Amino acid sequence: MTIEKWPASKIARKVIENQKLFILDVRNHDAFEDWKIEGHQFEYLNIPYFELLDGIEEILPKIPTDQDVLVVCAKEGSSKMVAEMLSDAGRDVAYLEGGMKSWSMHLEPIKVGDLTDGGEIYQFVRLGKGCLSYMVISGDEAAVIDAVRFKDVFLEFAKEKNVTIKHVFDTHLHADHISGGRQIAAATGASYYLSPKDAEEAVFDYTALEDGLTVQVGTSKIEVGALYSPGHTIGSTSFVIDNKYLLTGDILFIDSIGRPDLAGLAEDWVGDLRETLYRRYRELAEDLIVLPAHFMIIDELNEDGTVAKRLGDLFAENHGLNIKDEAEFRSVVTENLPPQPNAYQQIRQVNMGKITPDQDEQTEMEIGPNRCAVR
Amino acid sequence: MVKADVQLDAKGLSCPMPIVKTKKAMSNLVDGQILEIQSTDKGSKADLPAWSESVGHQYIGVTEEDGVLFHYIRKCSNDTVVEKTYEPTISIEQIEERAKNGGLILDVREEAEYAFGHINGAKSIPMGDLDEHLDELDKDQEIYVVCRTGKRSDLAAQKLAKAGFTKVYNVLPGMTNWQGDLTKTI
Repeated sequence: MTIEKWPASKIARKVIENQKLFILDVRNHDAFEDWKIEGHQFEYLNIPYFELLDGIEEILPKIPTDQDVLVVCAKEGSSKMVAEMLSDAGRDVAYLEGGMKSWSMHLEPIKVGDLTDGGEIYQFVRLGKGCLSYMVISGDEAAVIDAVRFKDVFLEFAKEKNVTIKHVFDTHLHADHISGGRQIAAATGASYYLSPKDAEEAVFDYTALEDGLTVQVGTSKIEVGALYSPGHTIGSTSFVIDNKYLLTGDILFIDSIGRPDLAGLAEDWVGDLRETLYRRYRELAEDLIVLPAHFMIIDELNEDGTVAKRLGDLFAENHGLNIKDEAEFRSVVTENLPPQPNAYQQIRQVNMGKITPDQDEQTEMEIGPNRCAVR
Repeated sequence: MVKADVQLDAKGLSCPMPIVKTKKAMSNLVDGQILEIQSTDKGSKADLPAWSESVGHQYIGVTEEDGVLFHYIRKCSNDTVVEKTYEPTISIEQIEERAKNGGLILDVREEAEYAFGHINGAKSIPMGDLDEHLDELDKDQEIYVVCRTGKRSDLAAQKLAKAGFTKVYNVLPGMTNWQGDLTKTI
């Protein structure tokens, strides 16, 4: 029967549109346990491809015939082999083009909302890795915040929208993924902003991102305002955009808060994190819509696929914002932390410009789930 | 270089081919032989150990040189249960202490297994080579014969007894239960 090759974008639509999908993941068990394609209505069967070399007859009864079946592996080769075996056995199947590698790289741009005078803000959802990047558009200009390393996606999107990228920001020195900020700035002539406190070891030129800095995007004067909000890193900075949106970086997420240990300084930074979450953010308007730099679980996605929620609602619902006792807060964010992200120390080195791995090595470093939060 | 009985060149091949080729090559080996797989696919680092475990072969280890991975797998088929008959035996927890008092730990696993981790000070003579190396052993010294699970060391101990060695102990259960440090020669 038929075999189809599905690109990551097709699976992304299935995640966002809440569709059903049966995933036969043929990577080994450790890889599957660590990281898989998450969907609200997805079902899974994990059998390593090397256990299927002699045939797939034994697993046929476990594979449904009344819904879409997608075979997934690390790079594509094994899923294609297993898909062919299933097809020979009379089943309709698809396999994921480029495997989990391409899933990890896929970006889905989704409009979050309108800004003053016809401006727009877009969220680029990297479903496979939980990264969120942003583009603010106004008139013929754009600003990009927390861009992931696939710079062409942002350049092409700007071209499509007929805008020039003028400003590129990183809320902090990322430890879980490689930033595309510098590359986008280099390709467009835009300014690249980073907090000097995070960039002490950086070996490239940048514009200092200081508390209170504001830049204007386009003629309609949409303001992007920096708010120093340390805790995940010492230089972490939030942005208030058009008095409507609060970009929190890795400080505050929808269902969790940032972890203070990825630069190895949990004890030092926990006080800053407390100060940011329990004082600085409290002074902001509760109607601001929080747009974080990550999501951890698929339940954090809204119905349209965006990851966004009113600040006031988070004050009420987010556990990390509701730990009254300071000592308890300290223990929650410094003890029993989840494992650190894959290759996070190397990734920090890349983002400081100290090492320049090739594309394959970058892909390798970013493999696996995102783990920037504590719940 | 680590010694292997058969080499398989899987360089340049990507998943699933390294495993498909390994499976085929293993079927031509006899029990106890070691296959070296040369691969440039990083995925093989996770998949070859997992595959070996799933089919019951012994994954010995991997080295890397100039971007090429060298994996070592020892063929095992567990369909024959060999009765361990040699007496006396000694538990693996005891031998380090006993060796300090003048005994010899004799490791009869293959060279590759020894290279990827052995007890410090252990002497390596693979079971199959034992006959030619008997003159290297001292009949007056206590000898603790160790392998991975106690099976090969049982046979080796019997051989030594036949050759007139009287102070020979079979170490049980074997290196699979060794909790101490491992010395590597790779």
